[in-house]
Amino acid sequence: MTDNAFNFDADNKALTKTVIAKYPKGRQASAVLPLLDLAQRQNDGWLSRPAMDHVAEVLDMAPIRVYEVATFYSMYNLKPVGKHHVQVCTTTPCWLRGSDEVLDACKKRLGIEPGETTADGNFTLDEVECLAACVNAPMIQIADDYYEDLDAQSVTQILDDLAAGKTPTPGPQVKRQTSAPVTGAKTLIEGA
Amino acid sequence: MLADKDRIFTNLYGTEDFGLKAARARGDWDGTKDLLAKGRDWIVDEVKASGLRGRGGAGFPAGVKWSFMPKESDGRPSYLVVNADEGEPGTCKDRDMLRHDPHKLVEGCLVAGFSMNAVAAYIYIRGEFFREAEALQAAIDQAYEAGLIGKDSCGSGYAFDVFLHRGAGAYICGEEMALIESLEGKKGQPRLKPPFPAGSGVWGCPTTVNNVETIAVAPTILRRGGAWFAGFGRENNTGTKVFCISGHVNAPCNVEEEMSIPLKELIETHAGGVRGGWDNLLAVIPGGSSTPMIPKSVCDTVLMDFDALKEAKSGLGTAAVIVMDKSTDLVRAIARLSKFYMHESCGQCTPCREGTGWMWRVMERMATGEADVEEIDLLLDVTYQVDGHTICALGDGAAWPIQGLIRHFRPELEERLLADKLAPQKAAE
Repeated sequence: MTDNAFNFDADNKALTKTVIAKYPKGRQASAVLPLLDLAQRQNDGWLSRPAMDHVAEVLDMAPIRVYEVATFYSMYNLKPVGKHHVQVCTTTPCWLRGSDEVLDACKKRLGIEPGETTADGNFTLDEVECLAACVNAPMIQIADDYYEDLDAQSVTQILDDLAAGKTPTPGPQVKRQTSAPVTGAKTLIEGA
Repeated sequence: MLADKDRIFTNLYGTEDFGLKAARARGDWDGTKDLLAKGRDWIVDEVKASGLRGRGGAGFPAGVKWSFMPKESDGRPSYLVVNADEGEPGTCKDRDMLRHDPHKLVEGCLVAGFSMNAVAAYIYIRGEFFREAEALQAAIDQAYEAGLIGKDSCGSGYAFDVFLHRGAGAYICGEEMALIESLEGKKGQPRLKPPFPAGSGVWGCPTTVNNVETIAVAPTILRRGGAWFAGFGRENNTGTKVFCISGHVNAPCNVEEEMSIPLKELIETHAGGVRGGWDNLLAVIPGGSSTPMIPKSVCDTVLMDFDALKEAKSGLGTAAVIVMDKSTDLVRAIARLSKFYMHESCGQCTPCREGTGWMWRVMERMATGEADVEEIDLLLDVTYQVDGHTICALGDGAAWPIQGLIRHFRPELEERLLADKLAPQKAAE
């Protein structure tokens, strides 16, 4: 991927108008977070300098203000990432329930360390901070989805599926209704 | 145990659809126009009577907070901002409300916004909650389409907008002033108070920032009465509360329970008990990562509310209970939290920017056994130099877990460090 020129495509250009309209007149800088997200999605998952410059132009902001934002928030990737960005939560609630095992399984399956991308450009592996799904720990995020209640076997299966071009089902990877106890809900059952 | 009929979040687990039709069947948007007709003061008074304290961690009385907003506009519009930037390790309650019960939040925005004469609500949701944002946006769109919000909300003549704003990955944006900065399109670095948001918040306008749960429970409180809500829990600690129970329990879960439920009962009734039984319990972090841990002896009897946990030198925080059994390396567990705070420090205040790094490095030395026993006091000293010396509470949150560890497990810590020092000697002999 090269640092090519960047312009929002027609769909995203229309979307930027909808986003900017959410904020009071003259406060269009408020749209910088959502617009950087749009730019990143259009640009294969990362923000090139031309992409940031384009957002600055659209919002009539000094480019430095946009760079400040882009470098502050962890969801903006400032260098190319693989097709599947595997983000493993290792903060204490996940760690207590075996995130080391999950991270090791990812390293083993992908043959890379956190921060690295596979040679075929298919996977980037990262260790991330709490993603707020702690009662379904350990968990990972890939693209826009959470995969929860993992162990070495289930996370490897997810990576195998992605490598094979399949779409694994997000959510708990054990038999469980979202955040209800794995043993079955004890509440919200009256009259059910 | 709280009866199901007294639970507010009846679709907590997403067994039913989140959409408007199903939400209405669950009682949402029922007679909202009549609630608004009773007037601003009535809403604020009812919420005050309920005893509802903010559910984001600080526990400030919600009705009192709303009453700080200007009664008449000086030309500037007022805003309600909802903090859905959930990210305090251990906490995942707002997520369920956002994805499974979003109409409670949208309706809550209207009644709370109306009570403070706001023109709009901005819901700041953490960027990683993409699917949750999809559900919430769908609920907002449905509410507009049905005329529940918009130019003539619920046919009341009151114009009110609800906008969703996605964050981009920064724990600090859960701090209200950082959140406001971020909403304005800047780095999330907290502002000094005063001025407080009710005087000058987002875009320099009067603003109230509330947690998702605080706003989402408001319509039910108004429909069932402040006295109903105040009937649960203890004085000054009223209502129902969604708890998150994670870590070493047999069945981690989210559950809505009565405030002031004993911690032991909460864990044993809802989370399948501690792995290996109650006697296998070592310690609990009772209110999200920033609250100091409490040892089993305290867990045996402590109640889950603001005052009881404060008395135990900890806090209710977000009511995220992180359970650690006897197999836990507590030093590792806290060292990992120290790494979290170092990563999430915004870098604005020197004690926090530098201190979080120092604390993490010394915690790592303790975890690996490199540290000397004297470093326990050195570390404690660093925590006191950070605690209370920063613009926002992130520095406090980084210091407290370490203080909690040393307060309750100092002998174990000393023994461990001495053992690590003596081990090479013994091996040499």
